[in-house]
Amino acid sequence: MSTPKTLYDKIWNDHLVSENEDGTSIVYIDRHLVHEVTSPQAFEGLKIANRSVRKPNFTLATADHNIPTTNRDEGISDPESKLQVDTLEENCKEHGITFLSMSDKRQGIVHIIGPEQGFTQPGMTIVCGDSHTSTHGAFGALAWGIGTSEVEHVLATQTLVQTKAKNMQINIQGELPLGVTAKDIVLKIIQTIGTAGGTGYVIEYTGDAIKSLTMEGRMTVCNMSIEAGARAGLISPDEKTIEYLKGRPFSPAENEYQSASDYWLSLATDEGAAYDKTVNIDASDIIPQVTWGTSPEDVVSIDGLVPNPEDESDETKKKSMIRALEYMGLVPNTPLKEVKVDKVFIGSCTNGRIEDLRAASKIAKDRKVADHVNAIIVPGSGLVKQQAEEEGLDKIFIESGFEWREPGCSMCLAMNADKLKPQERCASTSNRNFEGRQGRGGRTHLMSPAMAAAAAINGKLSDSREI
Amino acid sequence: MEKFKKIESNAIPLPMVNVDTDMIIPKQFLKTIKRTGLGKNLFYELRYDEKDAPIDSFVLNQDKYKDSQILITGKNFGCGSSREHAPWSILDYGIKCIIASSFADIFYNNCFKNGILPIKLDESEVTKLQKAAENSLSFTIDLENQKISYFDKNINHEVSFELDKAKKTSLLEGLDDIGLTLAKVNHISDFENKQKSRTPWLYSQQIK
Repeated sequence: MSTPKTLYDKIWNDHLVSENEDGTSIVYIDRHLVHEVTSPQAFEGLKIANRSVRKPNFTLATADHNIPTTNRDEGISDPESKLQVDTLEENCKEHGITFLSMSDKRQGIVHIIGPEQGFTQPGMTIVCGDSHTSTHGAFGALAWGIGTSEVEHVLATQTLVQTKAKNMQINIQGELPLGVTAKDIVLKIIQTIGTAGGTGYVIEYTGDAIKSLTMEGRMTVCNMSIEAGARAGLISPDEKTIEYLKGRPFSPAENEYQSASDYWLSLATDEGAAYDKTVNIDASDIIPQVTWGTSPEDVVSIDGLVPNPEDESDETKKKSMIRALEYMGLVPNTPLKEVKVDKVFIGSCTNGRIEDLRAASKIAKDRKVADHVNAIIVPGSGLVKQQAEEEGLDKIFIESGFEWREPGCSMCLAMNADKLKPQERCASTSNRNFEGRQGRGGRTHLMSPAMAAAAAINGKLSDSREI
Repeated sequence: MEKFKKIESNAIPLPMVNVDTDMIIPKQFLKTIKRTGLGKNLFYELRYDEKDAPIDSFVLNQDKYKDSQILITGKNFGCGSSREHAPWSILDYGIKCIIASSFADIFYNNCFKNGILPIKLDESEVTKLQKAAENSLSFTIDLENQKISYFDKNINHEVSFELDKAKKTSLLEGLDDIGLTLAKVNHISDFENKQKSRTPWLYSQQIK
């Protein structure tokens, strides 16, 4: 009998093209997602070296980082952003790559549209010049973010030169309490292992609480693997995965669906397979989480207090806490629920899917956004937007006083016009609370869609379960 | 890619942990379609105030570090996004070697694609080097022999570092990764044929 293997081991082995003498391996890449910010220099590199794209039909491109979320019919007014988006469109045309333009209703954030189109499938290797490519791991696909040099490498060769990572298991056992979501799970994980805890590992998320999540929730968890330092996160494919992908535009055809499904289910980690590290977290201990600082590991429960640097014995940590609190404009020991917010952002590749909008709309329904708060909803894709409108969610949001926007990355990284002003405080469903991430001097608190909606209504950080 | 040669320079001390790629190069500079010209915006928000005036207290604005080719910093350097604009801006500024106790994976990997040498050392060793950097001592980085050396009060200090063999060769030779992989194109074609018979749906997939 062969050695028991993990899900990661199996996908890795199934994609080995060759093993080099120096210990690296050439790994085949099944699918490549491309966006406007990290690709122009890669296409330029191909041109200089007179190389072509090996598999244009394994590549899917869209514009998401740099595009406006209002007045789309007026085009992109910022000339630099426009040049970047136009350059992507030209490059795709030249190389025969499918490009979903801003006017296409299938356009959206790369990590939302991959799964939505069935482009993402279990057992695949998927890369993109974006660190949140880990999202696709929710389907049991080995998916990770790469830099532009590697984007060029994949375009030219459909492979990457890699060294195998170690296996980490994060087991979330037990049942998640009512009103606690996938976002709370992943924030808890990052708080537990730290932002460098997963460095050098591929994380497999296991346990009843993970299995019980919808595909949307699983994507939220895998999305933030990179915030825990891991380039990729994985969840074993199951019946939910198979059901989700049925009939999607790029999904396997009906006559191949059964054999594809059988293969997908065979990828599950074998009994007795060894992980290099295992972390156990009890789901019943998790309550809604928010960040207080400028690193995604700066997490507290909503019923907690702003931490006090005086309680920290490690000098370096203490210094960085003091810096973070100063940047965030927070006083130690303040109850989180007393922290007022100015802006609310609901969207991003972490929480811009239909389920996220439904959760936020439940809180928003028949309530009003606080007078001093500006709250925006940015659906993750044109199809998410359409679905939400069919369900009447847009009306609920607009009546509550939220702005209903066009799809894109928007205020998650604030490359377009959607950004915070200095010292503005934002309840955000995105993934990074770094200094300046949402605009210079802007203060970000990460949380789930329900929690962000509750903050919009109460005008301060709030426990969504108490609304 | 340029070959990595021996470096002799003083080093910039930046004793901060979790320096993220947004800090290294903020998003407003990611709209470029070129790799060059980003050095002037390296560490933009730490380096310039809201009116674009240099912040004197920030280490990069101190004259003595103007021509440094080495950065010594805290753990988990380069965390966050995959933007290769981060190493591009570091290289364009003139820094060719970064020393820290740990690096984020994607950033670490991106360095080697651009001829930058990231060196991982124990935290205690990094702290010692930080002190030496603050005293503006000159360091020699010898990649071939995997050694950092510096003189302090006439005593020569040497610190060895570990590095993956493939990564070392790639830096020393300035190798074109894509060219090397394309030399094995037959292996790629063989793999595709094998994969096509094993998981055929991957090859029949097309947009409807």
